[in-house]
This record gives sequence, C-alpha cells and structure tokens, in this order.
Amino acid sequence: MELAGLLNYAVFSITLAGIYAVTALGLNMQWGFTGMLNIGVAAFYSVGAYATAIVTGPEGAYLGGFGLPFPVGLAVAMAASGVIAFLIGLITVNLRTDYLAIASIGIAEIIRLIFTNEEWLTGGVRGIAGIPKPLGGLIPGGDQALYMILVLVLLVAVYLAFERAYNSPWGRVLRAIREDEPATEAAGKSVLRFRLQAFVIGAMAMGLAGALYAHFVSFISPEAFRPDLATFLIWVMLIAGGSGNNRGAILGAFVIWAVWSGTEFLTGFLPSGMVTQAGAFRVLLIGILLQVILIARPQGLLPERPPRSPVESRREGRRRM
Amino acid sequence: MEFLQLVVYGIVLGSIITLGAIGVSMIFGILRFAHFAHGDLMTLGAYFAFVCVVTFGLPMIVAFALAIVGGAAAAVLLDQTLYRRLRRSPPVILLISSFGVALILRSLVQLIWGPSTQVYESGIQMPVLVAGLRIKPDHFWIVGGALALVVGLHLFLQRTTMGKAMRAMSDNVDLARITGIDTEKVVIWTWIIAGLMAAAAGVFLAMDTRLHPTMGWRFLLSVFAAAILGGIGRPYGAIAGGMVIGISEEVSTLFLNPSYKAAVSFAILVVMLIVRPTGLFGGRS
Repeated sequence: MELAGLLNYAVFSITLAGIYAVTALGLNMQWGFTGMLNIGVAAFYSVGAYATAIVTGPEGAYLGGFGLPFPVGLAVAMAASGVIAFLIGLITVNLRTDYLAIASIGIAEIIRLIFTNEEWLTGGVRGIAGIPKPLGGLIPGGDQALYMILVLVLLVAVYLAFERAYNSPWGRVLRAIREDEPATEAAGKSVLRFRLQAFVIGAMAMGLAGALYAHFVSFISPEAFRPDLATFLIWVMLIAGGSGNNRGAILGAFVIWAVWSGTEFLTGFLPSGMVTQAGAFRVLLIGILLQVILIARPQGLLPERPPRSPVESRREGRRRM
Repeated sequence: MEFLQLVVYGIVLGSIITLGAIGVSMIFGILRFAHFAHGDLMTLGAYFAFVCVVTFGLPMIVAFALAIVGGAAAAVLLDQTLYRRLRRSPPVILLISSFGVALILRSLVQLIWGPSTQVYESGIQMPVLVAGLRIKPDHFWIVGGALALVVGLHLFLQRTTMGKAMRAMSDNVDLARITGIDTEKVVIWTWIIAGLMAAAAGVFLAMDTRLHPTMGWRFLLSVFAAAILGGIGRPYGAIAGGMVIGISEEVSTLFLNPSYKAAVSFAILVVMLIVRPTGLFGGRS
C-alpha cells in the first residue's frame, strides 16, 4: 500500500512536471531564443485548457458538449492559443522588451476577466468540470501511468522540434534579434515576422500544455489557475534551468517542480495558526529562490551554448591548418 | 450628470494612480527598469496603515503618516538587499527580479494579515452633495492628500540640491556621474520618494475600496499605463497620465461592463506605445 501510494505520487508529479516543462519550452522559444518578455504565460496556457474543455467536454451551462475526441482537443487548443497569440503579437511583438512585459500583463488580465465574466463561454467562476480523461481503461488501473507516458512523449516531441528550430538558420535569426535588433533588421530580416513566428509557436506550446493539464485534472476554473502564480513558476523554472537552453528549460521544470512540492513538507513546520496560509508561505520561498538564482547564477543550471555559426567554424578550421 | 459624477470618481481614481505612476516613472528614469513590484509596494503601505488603525487604534492621519514612512523604508530595504546587487546586470534582469519581489511581498502580506478583504473602519460614509454631485468625505482626503504630496514633490525637485541631482540623473546618468553627483545617494532618494508615494497610493486605494493582498497587483496595469502616457522619467507627466487613465476608466463604465475597466487602460497603453512611445509630452522613449 505504502509503495503503491508512493508510485502514484511519483506518476502524478512527473505528469505535472512534464506539463510544466512543455510550457517552459514555449517560454524558452519566446524569451530564451528571441528575448520577448512575456508575463502572460498563464493566459495562453488557460486558452489551451478552455479550448479543449469546450470541444471535448460534456454539455453544461457554457459553450460545449461537442464531444470531440482528445487529439482534436489538443489540436484545437494549440490552434486557439496560436491564433490569439498571432492577433496579440501583431500589435505588441515589436514593442521594446520592458513595454512588451507591461503589455503582456494587460493581455493576461483581460483574458482572465473574459474567462471569469463570460459565463456562456466558460461557465464563469464555476468553471468546467468533467473534462474527459483520455486513454481510460486500456490497462486496468494504469490510466495515470499511461497518461504520464503520453505527456512525456509529447514533451520529447516538442523538445526535438524546438531543438531543431534552435539550431536551424531560423533559430539563428531569432538569437540575432535578441542580441542586436537593428543589425538583424539591417541584414534584411523582417524582425516583426520572425518575432511573430516565435511568439505564436511558443504560445502554441503553452496552449498544448494547458490542454494536457485540463485533461489531467478534468476540472478547470479561473480560480484553479492562479495565473500570476503559474506564470511565476514557469519563469523561475526557465531561469533556474537556463534561458535559451531547451534541455535547461526541461531540467528547470523538473527541479523547480520538485522544490515546489518539497516546500509542501516544509509548511508542516509552520505554527498551527498559519496552516491555512501554507500556499503563501510556499510562494514566498520560491520568490526568494528566484532572487538567489538571479544574484548567484543568472545563467541557470545549464547555460545556453549556441552552436557555432558555419562561418565561425570554417575560420577556426583555417586557423588550425 | 451621470457623466460628471463619473468624472469625479475618475479624479479620485486618477489621484491614486498618479501617486503610483510618479514612483514607477522615477524608477524607470533613474534605474532604467519597469518596477513590477510597485503595485505590491502599494499593498504593503495600505496594510501598514491597517496595523496602525486597527491594531493600535491610532487616528487615520497618524496611521497615514506612519504608513508612508514605512513604505519608504520598505522600498529602500528592497533596493539595498536585492536590487543593488543587480545594478550591473541588464535592466531586464531587474525587471524579472522585481516580478519575483512582487510575489514575495504579496505572500508576506497574505501570511501576516490573511487572505480575506478588510477595511480601516466599517460603516457607510454618507456622501455630501456638492453642486448636485455625490462626494464622500474620503474623496476629499484622497484628492487633497495626493495634491499635497505632488506639491511637496515639486518643491523637492525644484528647490533642493538632491532634487536637481535627481533630475540630472534622469536626463543622463553618465553626465550626472562625471559632474560628481553621488549616484548611489540619488538612487536611495528615488526609492524613498517612490516608496512613500506608493504607500500613500495604497492607503488611499484601501480607503476608496478595501484591503486585499492582490489589490496593488490588480492596480499595476493602470499605474504603468499612466507612467507611459505621461512619458517615462517625467514625474509631472505622470500626473496628467494618471488623470487621463483614471477618468477614462470610470467614464468607460457608461458603455462597458465595469469588470472590463482594466481593458481600458490596456487599450490606451497599447495605442500610446504604438503611436507615441515617448508619452504625451515627449519624454524619453
């Protein structure tokens, strides 16, 4: 029994950490590769969650009851996040880093307000319950483990795609924009187009993660998301792991998820009157952890190592000759 | 009449936004980063006053004075323990750090004072009628207090050596440094003023509405919008920006679901950033 409980907890943790890792990869595309500071991560994540809930979920006092299969839900989630990111990106993506950050809190706030207020669409504060859990009953008692494997497979797929993007000429342009925007513009690249592409693709990964989360917990509501907290955790994950490094983003997600879960045990030491405040105490600890990382190791656990450009390696080669 | 009534509410809201925006604008001007913890600094100030009024039973005006001193002290403490260590990092790292500080402050407030809404004093204030407009006594205090603080800031910036140094540094840091201005001292004074103004804004916001751990964070967007509208690094612009944002938010409720007030500041902010990123009066971009 003890062992089974432990195993269950491990499966649960790995699934959630995997979902966070997909989100962190999306943020890495936006911030790590391209240098776009998005403080509205949770908005794109929740768009994905609601999109799949609406197309696959049961009928209720909201738009829904289409009963479409799970893969369609994931596809719709990514499309919805992508389209919204495209529309928002068109007007905000060329803003200076800090202005984009400010604009992105506005975006997140408005999307949160829409999900809270538009009951016909999202069920308002009551949220949407009974989102189907896929892969049920294939192996008796193995639903959770199967779902974990599915999340990990998708995580690896996103990782491979992003790694390829990073090393491609396309990824090189993104890094060039991050390092020196005017020079990239002068080299004849459309900064707006590349930024928009990275913003949309990053948001699609966030939408996918949100959808995976919705099917995992099968209930979503505006309160369940704590958008500021979710966004903050993803940021700490990416910075702890190493911005710009896809493996870093994944490592950071798992490490910070472990620390975040670990703080739950620490709350046992709180005075009894403060037990209800355990959540706030945990956020406080993670907030302090971020400050320590920023001061002591801002490059993260796995610092970015951009591939050398062909020109550079050719030059190296010549020198060696 | 309905419209004028909303303009009155807008001026009250605008006074609160202005006090927050002045700090954001000054920090942006001198330290070159968007201070994401400013809303939560407001929250902290509001709760400082709460301790004075509710726990120690002090009169509101004393509580207000102690709260703004506390706000200034908290801001300087934050700068000296955290932001000072990141001075040589790119400004964007400071922005991310302040986003973390925002959550630290919010969770501290929640740990100490609990997650529920609170008020300074219960009971309903009877509004007085001025030329047919309903105005609560608190509204006079808020607008009057904001006005007094802004005039005080004006005198400080124009009449004192430190004020001059501050304006010089906001114009050009390197030039200020080679003329022998002690930039670290200017930075500390910037935090004192920003913290003081933020705490005042927080207390006024709590008087106008209620105390809640997320009150400042929800307010941050309006504050940034006002600071950008007025032109970054221009405390005087922040006043105009605050009024424009405050009045537009209130007047928008005539034709928009009041829950979407935040969308109004966002719309003004985005239009401004695209059309005229230097602000209404041509500050720095």
